[in-house]
Amino acid sequence: MDLGHLFAIIIGAIFVSNFVLARFLGLCPFVGVSKDPASALGMGMAVIFVMTMASLVTWFIYVFVLEPLGITYLRTIAFILVIATLVQFVEMVIEKTSPVLHRSLGIYLPLITTNCAVLGVAVVNVNSFIVTDLPKSVSFIYAVVHGLSAGVGFTLALVLMASIRQRLQLGAVPKSMQGIPITFIVAGLMAIAFLGFSGLRI
Amino acid sequence: MSVSKEFTKGFYNENPVFRLALGLCPALAVSTSVENALGMGAAATFVLIGSNMVISILRKLIPAKVRIPCFIVIIASFVTIVELMMGAYLPELSKSLGIFIPLIVVNCVILGRAEAYASKHGIFLSALDGIGMGLGFTFALVLLGAIREILGDGKLMGYMVFGPDFQPVLLMILAPGAFITLGLLMGYFNMLDDKRKKKLEKGPSS
Repeated sequence: MDLGHLFAIIIGAIFVSNFVLARFLGLCPFVGVSKDPASALGMGMAVIFVMTMASLVTWFIYVFVLEPLGITYLRTIAFILVIATLVQFVEMVIEKTSPVLHRSLGIYLPLITTNCAVLGVAVVNVNSFIVTDLPKSVSFIYAVVHGLSAGVGFTLALVLMASIRQRLQLGAVPKSMQGIPITFIVAGLMAIAFLGFSGLRI
Repeated sequence: MSVSKEFTKGFYNENPVFRLALGLCPALAVSTSVENALGMGAAATFVLIGSNMVISILRKLIPAKVRIPCFIVIIASFVTIVELMMGAYLPELSKSLGIFIPLIVVNCVILGRAEAYASKHGIFLSALDGIGMGLGFTFALVLLGAIREILGDGKLMGYMVFGPDFQPVLLMILAPGAFITLGLLMGYFNMLDDKRKKKLEKGPSS
């Protein structure tokens, strides 16, 4: 395993090809839950956790169930079911072990099932780490690290957006641009800023 | 409830992308050109019609508590069909749409229609709703794709629009262009809506 490559994966997933601003994944929560920074952070934490777990579990499902049985074409169905179950399971565990955390994350967890960033990270992992000829242990570490950093990138974009939108409430926005339209214009400007990272050579 | 209204509501009044803000991820990601937009629109429409019909047939059998997982499995099956068919017959399109084909599963337009419409209506109306919503989604994608392709590449469906001296606005093809175009279009549609409402308030005869 090559630590430099691992570093490139982390920087790549957080900044260069940020899941929200460069890959267009997870836009629904990005628009829906970015009204105040505190709940954006809560949602972000839940997404980081679920994305890391989803990367881990879907790696095992793909390598030890779908590949040996030769049914890799069922990956979409398998992954979405695994993610839905995982989210349910995570919610139950958090509810039992830490009611405080459950109260702050609880409402966001069911929303994560249909967050395309989670299914997206699983599919990207399969395409870029599993079907190549990387050794199994290396591809496993890459996949999980990629899931974690993609979640961090999502949270970064979400919290930044929430902070900007809070300021925006004081500004005079034309009536027809209020709400979602202006959010997209802001996201476009943020994406221009993030485009700057694509010059990074790692 | 008129049949034609079920069919046309997806275009303007309940356009999934511009009015309801659903299915935004694929709308932005694949609208770099009209061709990709049409491909994605067709794939989503097929899934939408299929899942709406099957869910409508099974709506009395599916227990209310586990309906969402059932819907997702039905949708995922149709998405897998599209994925395999597209890979076999349109390999280039399938490559340029990339991960957004499997991601049709989590497209909120489809689950939204299943939950809000197909689980409550008969098979004929549900199919019609699927066609209308799918075409509305395609329309939004093609509009976005056309604007981005014309400004960002100077072409429409591969044909030059402005002649050889045109300096393309590269930004429109890249990620920021997608966000800004969608934001402006949504604002424009809101403005049209406001104007129409004002008109209705002034003179109920119109």
